This record gives sequence, structure tokens and C-alpha cells, in this order.
Amino acid sequence: MKALDDIMQKLKPKADGKFPLAYTVWDGMYTFLFVPGHTNHKGVHIRDGIDLKRTMVMVIFALIPALFFGIYNVGHQHFLAIGDVVTGDHVCTLFWDKFIFGAIKVLPIIIVSYGVGLGVEFIFAALNKHAIQEGFLVSGMLIPLVLPVDVPLWMVAVATIFAVVIGKEVFGGTGMNIVNVALTARAFLFFAYPTKMSGDEVWVNTSLEEGQKIVDGFSGATPLAKAVEGGQEALINMNASVMESFIGFIPGSIGETSTLAIGLGALLLLLTGIASWRIMLSTFVGGYVMAMLFNLWGANPFMELTPLHQLVIGGFAFGAVFMATDPVTGSQTNTGKYIYGFFIGFFAIMIRVFNPAYPEGVMLAILFMNIMAPLIDHYVVSANIKRRLKRVSVNA
Amino acid sequence: MSEALFSKKNMKLIKDPLNDDNPITVQVLGICSALAITVKVETAFVMAMSVLFVMIGANVIVSLLRKVIPSRIRIIVQLVIVASLVILVDQILKAFVYDVSKQLSVFVGLIITNCIIMGRLEAFALGNKPGVSFLDAVGNAFGYGLILIVVAVFRELFGSGTLTFPVIGKIEILTSLAENTGYQHNGLMILPPMALITVGIYIWIQRSRNKKLIENH
Repeated sequence: MKALDDIMQKLKPKADGKFPLAYTVWDGMYTFLFVPGHTNHKGVHIRDGIDLKRTMVMVIFALIPALFFGIYNVGHQHFLAIGDVVTGDHVCTLFWDKFIFGAIKVLPIIIVSYGVGLGVEFIFAALNKHAIQEGFLVSGMLIPLVLPVDVPLWMVAVATIFAVVIGKEVFGGTGMNIVNVALTARAFLFFAYPTKMSGDEVWVNTSLEEGQKIVDGFSGATPLAKAVEGGQEALINMNASVMESFIGFIPGSIGETSTLAIGLGALLLLLTGIASWRIMLSTFVGGYVMAMLFNLWGANPFMELTPLHQLVIGGFAFGAVFMATDPVTGSQTNTGKYIYGFFIGFFAIMIRVFNPAYPEGVMLAILFMNIMAPLIDHYVVSANIKRRLKRVSVNA
Repeated sequence: MSEALFSKKNMKLIKDPLNDDNPITVQVLGICSALAITVKVETAFVMAMSVLFVMIGANVIVSLLRKVIPSRIRIIVQLVIVASLVILVDQILKAFVYDVSKQLSVFVGLIITNCIIMGRLEAFALGNKPGVSFLDAVGNAFGYGLILIVVAVFRELFGSGTLTFPVIGKIEILTSLAENTGYQHNGLMILPPMALITVGIYIWIQRSRNKKLIENH
């Protein structure tokens, strides 16, 4: 570590030198590796052992299970489609082939997302003459995980630029954004290029080499699309029972399929206290309540799905764990967090069931509640003030 | 009239609304129609022309009548004048450019409620002579039209890959790219929210270039 520190100090360019961008990049890299040696001298600061960069890295660690599972599942779905693997054979055949195939498909998306996003960040940091903000560390990983595997790389690049510039930089950079950056990128792609972001074609990579062919009766549809058509029965037929969907060998966005892997990440986030358990819990409760109401109503096959099944298909778990708990865009007050999370779950299932054109209700629900979060906080705070004022008047 | 109509001071009435005092990007008026009809350059152009006509007519007429209109009912009088002009425009559009008129649909009628027109009548025509009111109307209508056309160019080019001009017709620019390579038209560009974002980006660029608009708090 000392040696690395020495090298970094030697490389340090002058802040006001010829290349301000060089210093920005160096500063970003150095503070990524080491806790900076200087402290603030002005204003009030709450001291904590963990700074923003280290917080962000924790979230990346939490994403790793979902990422690896996603990579493996991309391969699994592909070999399932071309018939090299039979349904239900999850790990026995072609384990490494699946993994390598998945990595070849997924890594470019991650590289593009990080490369473009950090590029935009560097440019803004140099233009505004401030240090590189670390907000993109997490967004850069979240963006690939919420996209289908077949999304063209240039679309990832365009969406990332849009999300970082319009979603974040115009509001003042990291910590100032109103809506979740990664979801902005996804929403942009969803509305801009619907053919590459929805439908049955994009979720499973079906690129064929010579001598390969797609198996009969193959459908790349996600459980969400199947559930709209045939409800519970269709899901069982496509081998997406509650248990199967929970483990995650189903078509879907790269990182969203496995509730199990997401759960591991959630555990880490909760143990370290980085994500709010209030938001996570209330999101699942909200989703469960709405799904239960629909289940009781039962007007169509999709509504008849059991609540538990609703929570394990689609991006619900991923959204609830990694997107809804974004500390910048979520509610800040504790009571507000319950309300905020509850309505995310509530609306996610509602949009999903009522409007099959937008199967991924959780994306829209989170974006919507992001915008509502300051309002919720406002009323929570003013209710608190009112409550306490009452106490004052009684004593006086 | 002691001052020449095209004096330097009066020319400012035309120039200011184009940049420093643009009705859409600086005063943020009339953005409703800017969001609705900027999917194609052609519709944006026809809309801009319609507003130009209504604005000049209304500004000059109100300015002529400014000493006669009782101030308590001035809004009603202004609305009657604007509404008559709008009906006139609507009929002309239906007669000569029916297709565009159909695309503009209700938004021609909604020129009556265009905030820029009412704003200029209230703020300028009621207190100034017809000559300068005319210039003010021209300036503001051009400022409005400029934004409309800039936004429409971006939205149509990236949304559908074409540029549709009146008279010249449709020019296909990115369509061959979309057919031969993996390029796809951006569907979001056609949706109204993107008009808002495009106007927002315009304001961003304009404010960072124009020193007068930078607010110092």
C-alpha cells in the first residue's frame, strides 16, 4: 500500500497546471484508492468512518451476486434456446461454457456503461473545476444489470449520456439528482427504442453458430409477458414456478432474474446499514398488499397470480433492493420511507397488472415515487412540527 | 412622430425577443404549444406563421384602440380581437394547407390562449403606438418561431429521421442509416416530454453563452 501511495504521489499533476483534466482524473483515482489526507475546516460536518466512495464500493459488492448470476443465466438461457441444455438442468452441463458465453455478452455492456458514464463525469468535472464525483460508480453497474442482454451497445452509450447529463449533471451532479440515474437510462431506452427493450425477442441471446438451431417451441418471453397471457398456469408451463423464479433461471434483464442473488446483496446492504431497511421492507409489503388485493379480485389470469409469485418475477426485487433504496432520490424521513416504499411496491404491481404495455411497472413506480419523495418528506416534517406545537400550547 | 420607425431603439424590439428576451426560453411563455406541435418542422413552421399573423394583427388593432378600450373590460375586448384573427387563420389553413391544419388540430384554436399574445397585448400594445407595437409583435413572433423550428428540427431529425419543410416537402436524412445499419430512430423524441427536455437544453446552452442571462445570487 505504501508503495502504491508513493507511485500515486509521484504521478500527481499540478492542480493549476497545463492539464486541469489530468489533475481531476488523478484526484478521482487517488481518492478511490486511499482515504484523502486532508479534512474540511469550515462548516458543520458529521464524521463517519466511511466516506462516499467506500459507501459506493459496498453497493458494488452487493451487486456482485446478481451480476455473476446474471452472466451465468445469460449463458444458460442461450444454451437452453439452442437445445444444448435441457430444462431444469441448471448446473450440470456446460457450466463454464454458460459462464463464458454470458461474460462475452455482458462485459461489453458494462464496459460501455462505465466508459461513457465516467467520460461524461470527467468532462463535467473539468468544466466545472471540481473533483470527480463518485456517483457513477454504482449507476455504471446498475445500468447494465437492468438492460436486456441483446441491447445494442450504442444504445447503452446514448442512454448513459442522457441519464448522466439530463438525470444528474443538470441538477448539480452527485447527490443532487431528483430521479434515479440508472432508471433514467432504462426509461430512456424503454421509450426511445421500445423494440429493443420490450417484447419477446430481446431477453435471450439467440445468436447461432453453424449447425445450431433454435429448439421447437422456444419463446424468449419473460415471465411477465407470459403471466399476462395465461397467469399462473403459463408460468408453470414455462418452468417459472415461485421457487424457480426465486432462484432465477428465467429470461429477463441481466441482473434482475434471481431474487436469491439479489437477496444476498440485500443482506450485505442491510448489515452494513447502507440501504434503508424501512424502504426495502415497505416496498415488499406494498407489493404484497397490492398483489393480494388483485388476487382477491381475480378479474383476469394475471391478477390471480399469488402475491408471492408477483414479487419474484420481473424486476421487482432488484428495484426494491437497489433502486428504491437510493439514498439521494428516496425519502429522507423515517415515516416518509415507509410511505415511499409502500407506494413503490403498490404502484409497481398496479402498473404491471393494469397496463401490460408497460410490463416493468417497478421502473415507472420508482421514478414516480422519486418525484413524490420530497413532497412526502415535506408533509412528514410539517406533521411533526404540528404535533410538537400542540404540546407547546398545552404547557403554556 | 419624432422618432424614426426603424431607429436603433425600435430595432431592439425585434432583436431582443430572439435572444435576450425570448418569449419561450427566457420568459417561459407559450411553451404549451411548443411542446405539442414540434414533432415536424412543417407543422412548427405553419404554427409560427399563424402566430406571427395573429400577433401582428392583434397588437396593431389593440394599439389603435388602446385609448378607446375601457380598462375594466380590456381582456374581453382583446380576446374578441384575437379570437376573430384566429378564426381567420384557421379558415385560411383549412383552405390552403389542409393536411397541416389537420395535424395542428386543436392547437390552431388554442392560439387564442397563447400566453405570449395576451402577454404582449397587455404589456406592450395597450401602452404604445401602432408602429412600435407592430415591431414588437414581429420580434416576439419570430422569437417564438425560432424556438419552435429549432426544437422541431431536432425532434424530427432524431425522432423520424426526416425533415419536412413546407413547399419543399419531406427530405429523408437518417432513414437510409436506419435501414442499412443498426441505427434506430429515437421514439422518445416524438413524445411530448422530449420537447420539454429539448427546450430545456436550449435554455441551458443559451444561458451559458449569454452573459446577460446569468443570474448572480
